[in-house]
Amino acid sequence: MVRASLSRALLSDYFILGLAGVYLLGMAPAVPGLLSPLNLANLAEIALPLMVLAMGQTLVLMTGGIDLSTTSNVALCSVIGGMIMSGADEVLAGSALAMPVGVLAMLATGALVGLINGLSVARGGIPAFMVTLIGMLLLSGLAVRLTRSLPISDLPDAFVAISGTAGVALAVVLPVLVVGHLVLSRTVAGAWLQSVGQNAAAARVVGIPVERTVMLAYVACGVCSALAAILLTARLESASPVLGQRMLLDIVAASIIGGTSLFGGRGTIRGAAFGAILVCVVTNSLDLVGLTFAVVMLSKGAVILAAAALDAFRSRLLAKAEGSA
Amino acid sequence: MTAPPPALSLQGICKSFGKVQVLHDVDLTLPLGQTLGLVGENGAGKSTLLNILGGNLPINAGTIALGGLDYAPTGPADAERAGVAFIHQELNLFENLSIAENFFLTRFPHRGPRVWGVIDRHETRERTREFLQRVGLAHDPDTVVGELSSGEKQLVEIAKALSVSARVILFDEPTTSLTRHEAARLFDLIAELQAQGQAMIYISHDLDDVLKICDEIAVLRDGHLVRQGARDEWDADLLVQAMVGRKIESLFPSRDLTARSEVVLEVEGLTAPGRFEGVNLSVQAGEIVGMFGLVGAGRSEVLRGIFGLDETTTGRVRVGEGLVAHRTPRRMMERGVALLTEDRKRDGLFAISSVSRNFGIANLGAYARNRLGWISRERQDRAVTRLRDAVQLDSSVRENQMIRTLSGGNQQKVIIGRWLVRNPQLLLLDEPTRGIDVGAKQKIYQLIGEQAAAGSGVLVVSSEIEELIGLCDRIVAMRSGRVVAEYPTRPFDREEILRAAIQG
Repeated sequence: MVRASLSRALLSDYFILGLAGVYLLGMAPAVPGLLSPLNLANLAEIALPLMVLAMGQTLVLMTGGIDLSTTSNVALCSVIGGMIMSGADEVLAGSALAMPVGVLAMLATGALVGLINGLSVARGGIPAFMVTLIGMLLLSGLAVRLTRSLPISDLPDAFVAISGTAGVALAVVLPVLVVGHLVLSRTVAGAWLQSVGQNAAAARVVGIPVERTVMLAYVACGVCSALAAILLTARLESASPVLGQRMLLDIVAASIIGGTSLFGGRGTIRGAAFGAILVCVVTNSLDLVGLTFAVVMLSKGAVILAAAALDAFRSRLLAKAEGSA
Repeated sequence: MTAPPPALSLQGICKSFGKVQVLHDVDLTLPLGQTLGLVGENGAGKSTLLNILGGNLPINAGTIALGGLDYAPTGPADAERAGVAFIHQELNLFENLSIAENFFLTRFPHRGPRVWGVIDRHETRERTREFLQRVGLAHDPDTVVGELSSGEKQLVEIAKALSVSARVILFDEPTTSLTRHEAARLFDLIAELQAQGQAMIYISHDLDDVLKICDEIAVLRDGHLVRQGARDEWDADLLVQAMVGRKIESLFPSRDLTARSEVVLEVEGLTAPGRFEGVNLSVQAGEIVGMFGLVGAGRSEVLRGIFGLDETTTGRVRVGEGLVAHRTPRRMMERGVALLTEDRKRDGLFAISSVSRNFGIANLGAYARNRLGWISRERQDRAVTRLRDAVQLDSSVRENQMIRTLSGGNQQKVIIGRWLVRNPQLLLLDEPTRGIDVGAKQKIYQLIGEQAAAGSGVLVVSSEIEELIGLCDRIVAMRSGRVVAEYPTRPFDREEILRAAIQG
């Protein structure tokens, strides 16, 4: 009885969210200021872009691929947006059009990068790992070249306001996550995505457009990168060619901790979002303790490893629960 | 003077998984030098029994004696040391290693002191060669296993069993992935081993093979031993009756052979270089057409070519009235065509998805509530409930259960149901009953018959000639990528069809 309910709790999608909550409460006495309103707002600010990125990554992981170029895509989108919007002698300096054009250009850039990734993987048949590893290099190089490695500041106030309060960012991110979750779990397109990653050959037999589905996953991931770039750039109040540089492990970890399989076919947006929250809570608490960067990295690595091990354990439990049925 | 103990004797074997008892008090005896056939439906407990003997599972009660000595293996390696060799249904060889490496992976002959870990390649090769010769394989021991055919891999496994001088060899469905030639070769080898006094246990769904090969046959049903008896005491009908616990009147549906005229499939000169050439075929509404040929004759390829899964270079395919150019699975589905592929695991199942999803995946459009593709769970659930009755899915199967946890027969029912729900006017079926038990087979034949009676055309590919003879209204034979003969009406001459398919 106890064991049954314990394993049910372990298998629930909300387990990771619960874990984040327990961690937060458990660490609160040891970490001063962890639960202060200021820090909670800060926590939301760093968690929201990560949730969006984890959602994009999950869609790609579901197809059995991976997008390593996502953080470089964030940097490139940021730089493109900055170049269009900045008041310092850039294209649309001071114009009222600066912000809408800039945001659209960022989204278009992200989508285009995703499309190129998707085409290379689905049509070109190049392994996703290679395509996006190369993409990571090329996009980073491009972002640095475009800015001569200097950040671009003086962005329109309306744009900066997106991250001015956590409320606005939340109002942007939450609908995106909800729509993503519903599309994946309740629509034909979502069913295609799950099927393609599990067994592409079988998917082809039942008439699923395999290549198109894979391509769309990469495009969606690109758009998510652009959205995260908007949030991060606004928060920083400047566009930077090294934006999001250290986030790649966090993104993949959030997705995997949230129950996404690296082998494709299994994953949920809800899980990825909860995974992102857990990763952010851990990072934030370690930052607050005032450890050196090296120790933060070590501790974070250990925590993510533990979470991944726990996930492996959950998968075995799931297989067992299914097998005995 | 007492008689020598049997090669293997099992007494009162019980085995449970959790609360479910899968073996009840099973007694079996394998006399020295004999072959014991083990038959039963899927889930009867055959594989569990073999896994116990192979050291993969412990028993809950009972005793096993191997050559008169207590036998309680702690694992597969222990079983192998004791002299029990397990030839797995899904071959257990490392595809990336050579034959010799597979042979000696855990016990390479060494050069110099053992701790240096230097393999004696020459010795390895020579000893491997010796055992390969015994099973009639002329391959170089350095050949990479991945390059061998299924039949050759099987022979390698047997040679490996011989190399450890096994007291008992266990065969689990050894012929499922073999061509007819390869199976014949396997039977020759088994006969030779029998002549040498090798004790063996042989599990198969193919009752004819079991009746041909085995000295003794035991039937399991629902984890109970129904009876063990000498071969002479059994025939195919008695075996089936013992397996399912009732008499099966007829495996095949009765056919109403009224005249038909409406053509649902017309294939003219279809060609895919290297696979098949100039294939002409037609299927009428309500007709079941069988396509017989050896593995490799190009039968599956023709089905895949018609369905637009593989490219074809020339030739025309007409479905109903219309010519279909640029065939893709999607276009063919829109015209009411369905394809059941040969290999469930490879291109049929979405293994970690639910039974419902596997049912619904070919018909998602019908469950969509609007143009955004929002799936109506209610519509899908209704279809699934209807289907599970139609295909008689076991009542223990839950709709949200992962499909990979189902038995082969239930999986196949789900995958056939996936297509039947579309009510196709043309069903292309590739080995529809491979690796499933008699009860499920009968149900699937019945479903095919019903679909034809409702006016669909059916084209069935099978390696089992009996299946086609029992099921079909017309049979075509293929050899080396060509249609070589057609047998338009019953009764069919088994020998003649076989000859056409085999002789060049």
